[in-house]
Amino acid sequence: MKKKSYVIITETGIHARPAAGLVKVASKFSSTIQIEKNERKANLKSILGVMSLGLGKGQSFSIYIDGEDEEEVLQELDQFLKSEGLVEI
Amino acid sequence: MTLLRGIAASGGIAMGRAFLLVEPELSVTKKSILNPNNEIARFHAAVNTVKQQLQIIRDRTETELGEVNAAIFDAHLLVLSDPEIIETVENQVNAGVNAEFALQETSLSLIEIFEQLDDEYLRERVADIKDVTKQVLAELLHVEIPNINLITEEVIIITKDLAPSETVQLNPVFAKGFITDLGGRTSHSAIMARSMGIPAIVGTTTATKIVQNGDFIILNGDSGEIFINPTQELIDHYKEKKAKFEVQMKALERLKNKPTITVDGIRIEIAANIGTPQEVMQVLENGAEGIGLYRTEFLYMERDSLPTEEEQFEAYKTVLEKMEGKPVVIRTLDIGGDKQLPYLHLPEELNPFLGLRAIRLCLQQQDLFRTQLRALLRASCFGNLKIMFPMIATIEEFREAKQLLLEEKKKLQEHGIPVAGTFEIGIMVEIPSTAILANQFAKEVDFFSIGTNDLIQYTFAADRMNEHVSYLYQPYNPAILRLIKMVIDAAHVQGKWVGMCGEMAGDAIAIPLLIGLGLDEFSMSVSSTLKARDQINQLKQSEMKELAKIALSMESSEQVMHYVLNEI
Repeated sequence: MKKKSYVIITETGIHARPAAGLVKVASKFSSTIQIEKNERKANLKSILGVMSLGLGKGQSFSIYIDGEDEEEVLQELDQFLKSEGLVEI
Repeated sequence: MTLLRGIAASGGIAMGRAFLLVEPELSVTKKSILNPNNEIARFHAAVNTVKQQLQIIRDRTETELGEVNAAIFDAHLLVLSDPEIIETVENQVNAGVNAEFALQETSLSLIEIFEQLDDEYLRERVADIKDVTKQVLAELLHVEIPNINLITEEVIIITKDLAPSETVQLNPVFAKGFITDLGGRTSHSAIMARSMGIPAIVGTTTATKIVQNGDFIILNGDSGEIFINPTQELIDHYKEKKAKFEVQMKALERLKNKPTITVDGIRIEIAANIGTPQEVMQVLENGAEGIGLYRTEFLYMERDSLPTEEEQFEAYKTVLEKMEGKPVVIRTLDIGGDKQLPYLHLPEELNPFLGLRAIRLCLQQQDLFRTQLRALLRASCFGNLKIMFPMIATIEEFREAKQLLLEEKKKLQEHGIPVAGTFEIGIMVEIPSTAILANQFAKEVDFFSIGTNDLIQYTFAADRMNEHVSYLYQPYNPAILRLIKMVIDAAHVQGKWVGMCGEMAGDAIAIPLLIGLGLDEFSMSVSSTLKARDQINQLKQSEMKELAKIALSMESSEQVMHYVLNEI
């Protein structure tokens, strides 16, 4: 089980386009991946789940990964979040 | 054969099989189930069927209307594959309820979450979830939902009411005409039908109950008559009539891109009214000399929040660029009355037509207004823009609106954002007080455009949506003609021009009178432009002056109508 926390820095938060990007990355892997904000968890492979958290600027969230490829998943998600400028490098 | 009557909303004759666009009731009941695996399999089968249908529609939309329009179906497909929905439904079915109930519950709880989110895009996803849920439910319940996008033969659409967004979706290749239960001559679906050149009859009150799917229909958009399963004799008669009409329309094509000039050499401008940038294509195809009224309301309607400055800028810029320097009169937001924006949460009014609407609303909600003005100003560099304020009742209202416009212009220039050096600023004349004081207004405005639908309504104090007083919709009444004359005379004294963008401008009886009164610009539905040009090319202004003079001295609308019909 892996966990990492972030703070959102973009003005628009995680709206539909980056959410779709995250889901796309997550869906490639077999691990169970969850995203949590204020103790509400959602499946990171679900665009409705991710968007329903309503992640806005300045808010913090955590990602939980559980599975065989968890190390790889964490790396790719981390890279995506940073390269899209969603969180601080 | 059955005869049904409605309000003739868009001229021409259409024939074909009826396509009932009526949403069936999807009633879901909670049931206990014994075999969850069977139920889950049934759910997946329904989802897959809907996915396949969506894929077909998506591909067809992409070929016919392009990638952007197809994207809506991508969103639907994404929602339909979402584990959040699929897994929640599966869990509920495993707990012992039927798939229909589980899906409905899942959908409702998701919608509840999304509606609370403070993000426009997310709130729009509610529509996707609702749409997709509806389709899967229909599949599970073996109920067929009619779909405009699946029509592949020539039909007459029969529906309760057509929203502007649905009217735009109608493919003129297959949708030969439409008939609605609700609406009036000036309702949006009627205006859109005229601009698309599709015959239409509205306000039948009962069409969706009387007509059956597949009935053969003759729709006479000029008389408001609908013949359901007519005799062969009648079909032949109407076929002949339709052919004649088409020959006439064909003959008018020679007037495309030709000037409009009276017999005695007076140059008249024929312009078109539009509601969306997409309609510019038809304006150009019909060779109108400009756009006399771009109704910006459609940018604000059928959505959950205000359009951004950027969205508006793009729309205005597109229209101005496509018109390549031809004049484009853009009317600032005219909302209220029969057009509401639920997301503004305005208090309900007892008399909305006499209430907080159009410029009144804009002057009160200045942020909203300033956003639109900035978008207009930024777009002004891309063509020949004329800005028009609707529903001006007093000179102070005009001065305040103009002041805000100039303030925004100054701010933009201070930030180095380009704005056209000159552009005309005008007003709609649709309230009698403004027509009466036209000589004062004429000193300050660059032009007038007479909005006859409202001018008639306010002059006769008769709600134009109220069928009980529809006899007071009297465009030829000398009271109206005199107001129009006051406006035109006052403007000409100051060297200003006057247009008309209301229904009357395209009316064959009104046109000779308006030529006689000296109207400079006629703006109308795209489908009427060539016919109007043809008529004006055959009129002599000096003779029409005499005609108008006599009409002005008459007593009633009836008298004027008979007089004009006899003279021309």
